[in-house]
Amino acid sequence: MTTHHHGHKHPTGVLRSGPPLIAMTDISIAFGGIKAVDHASVDLYPGEVVGLLGHNGAGKSTLIKILSGAYKRDHGDIFINGEKVEISNPRDAKALGIETIYQTLALADNVDAAANLYLGRELRTSWGTLDDVAMEAECRKVMGRLNPNFRRFKEPVKALSGGQRQSVAIARAIHFNARILIMDEPTAALGPQETAQVGELIKQLKAEGIGIFLISHDIHDVFDLADRVTVMKNGRVVGTARTTDVDHDEVLGMIIAGKCPPGAVPGPGALQSPAAAA
Amino acid sequence: MAAIDNTQNPGMAQEGTLKRFLRATEIDSRMLGMLGALLAIWAGFDLASAFVRGGDGLLGGTFLTPRNLWILLVQTSSIAVMTTGMVLIIVMRHIDLSVGSVLGFTAVCIGTMQVYWLGPALGVGHPAIWIITLILGLALGAAIGALHGTLIAYFGIPSFIVTLGGLIVWRGAAWSVIRGETVAPMDKNFKLIGGGISGITPGSIGATASWILGLLICAAILALIWNGRQQRKRFNFTLKPVWAEVLLAAAGCAAVIGITWVLNAYYWPKGVVDRWAQQTGATIPPEGLNISFGYSIPVLIALFVGVAMTFVANRTRFGRYIYAIGGNPEAAELAGINTKKITLMVFSLMGMLAAISASISSARLDSATNALGQFDELYVIAAAVIGGTSLAGGLGTIYGAMLGALVMQSLQSGMTLLNFESATKDMVVGCVLVFAVFVDQVYQRRVK
Repeated sequence: MTTHHHGHKHPTGVLRSGPPLIAMTDISIAFGGIKAVDHASVDLYPGEVVGLLGHNGAGKSTLIKILSGAYKRDHGDIFINGEKVEISNPRDAKALGIETIYQTLALADNVDAAANLYLGRELRTSWGTLDDVAMEAECRKVMGRLNPNFRRFKEPVKALSGGQRQSVAIARAIHFNARILIMDEPTAALGPQETAQVGELIKQLKAEGIGIFLISHDIHDVFDLADRVTVMKNGRVVGTARTTDVDHDEVLGMIIAGKCPPGAVPGPGALQSPAAAA
Repeated sequence: MAAIDNTQNPGMAQEGTLKRFLRATEIDSRMLGMLGALLAIWAGFDLASAFVRGGDGLLGGTFLTPRNLWILLVQTSSIAVMTTGMVLIIVMRHIDLSVGSVLGFTAVCIGTMQVYWLGPALGVGHPAIWIITLILGLALGAAIGALHGTLIAYFGIPSFIVTLGGLIVWRGAAWSVIRGETVAPMDKNFKLIGGGISGITPGSIGATASWILGLLICAAILALIWNGRQQRKRFNFTLKPVWAEVLLAAAGCAAVIGITWVLNAYYWPKGVVDRWAQQTGATIPPEGLNISFGYSIPVLIALFVGVAMTFVANRTRFGRYIYAIGGNPEAAELAGINTKKITLMVFSLMGMLAAISASISSARLDSATNALGQFDELYVIAAAVIGGTSLAGGLGTIYGAMLGALVMQSLQSGMTLLNFESATKDMVVGCVLVFAVFVDQVYQRRVK
């Protein structure tokens, strides 16, 4: 497979020679008879951003929650660097270097930023007790990079603004040397300036070789940042395409009608039509 | 020094003195309010009792006397011990309605072991009896709690239902063990856990040991404040003003010394002193002999439990996870916390605390009955809620709940001194509970 660039906007340094960083193959999960994800396959290479697109209820968040360990799949396999892995809870995923920023942010509202940053991985003193001072000091450093104006380290995070809470959630995902980052609507609560900041951050993480799944229903966001997009509809993958090989309208067609354009690799969810077969 | 600015509020200049004081000392204003309410209740009862019959209390009544305060603390200890666990359970958005019945059941089991098994087997009064039965009692309580926790965490039955069932089951089980009889007397060493005098051995540590303990607590307060300051220095955080640290240290030490002094000012009754003199051959000087009670064992147990539980809540991962789960159970799960295991552990801990209270209560009464601890669950929950624990979860402190227990017991004990009928007392305590939560909510809204 060779890399084509119609190349005006992407500094794509994606290395595709080895096995993909993540490959989820033939994944299915059903809730009470409803197939939320139906034989879906996606992959992700080091330093790559893959946008997952689709309507609400298309199955993208569910698919990604299987990867982060929040749901247990009924069928399918997950490979990291070509090796099959077992992910049955969030602890497994984190141990494999998979970090997630959830749409709901998943913060414990009643404790402060440092406690959330280290939730589940607290720093401890040599006595085995929580080292809150050290955690706060680290938190100040991380937040200093992400959100330099942030000062409210002593307050429970429920007192923070949407953007501040978002930066706490992002800080938590990037602070522990993730290899794979899942971002579920990471800019939903942010203003234009903060959104741009997150964009910069994604480029920086990409340059470090981290693979990123970016879930969004804002197709503009995704086009600016992603190397490839995978579109889902009704739990199935419509198709996957490089952002250089398709345009906005074609991707919209995939999202709305399930119509796979010529520049995309069709999936099981693609509308069976002459255009898709070509 | 390049201290990092902690300022959260630009309008600091316009703040009132009280606000500035609270910010500098980092005292929880709610806790200050509770202390104020407690002191008001105490003063009120002393004044009221001064009018009713008069006494040698601080304000001329019978409430603020060393004797009454000493008894008040002993009476509070059982509820205070259990409420430290109830806080954590409520913080996790659960409830435990079974603690009173678990207390009753473990108490009759401990009593049965002492009176019918170990007493005859090892000889009545054998020094190993109290420790064996105490350990087995705590293990039994922990096992019952673990059973509740398993049903709640792994079988997904709501804690309200599981512990409502427990409330009924364990009360019934207590009756079955002893067929409604009263088990008495408890082992003579075990009896000291209740704080009473067993023969001529008091269930309290006396004047000298109390002063030593008081000074040790003062030293611990100073060490904690000093350590906190050093930790903040280590990372260049803003330090509390020196006056605030000194004030906190002074207030803390003064309170400890004051309490120690009051507890030491309560002396053995004359009859016990005479009996003691008779048995030890000591001579009593003609002006009489004052032997201080000092800190009683149940109060020491409650203090120890309070400190240990505060440590668990604030300084361990286990405690951090309890609060995180209470704040957002889903987030805690997604952060990789094993929420089921934590739930199981918290309920088990609660069961063990109920067993500690069972020991205190049965030792104090020198007997165990199947009715022991009836309605305790309500007082324990009320103490936690009065102490600022939010039933919505995620919010609550150990010291607040223990203060809440003291407030409740003060009300009951004060009304007893004023010869209120027990029915009236119940009505007042119930109203105070509702009123306290109302005041707290108003306060919370104003803070926001």
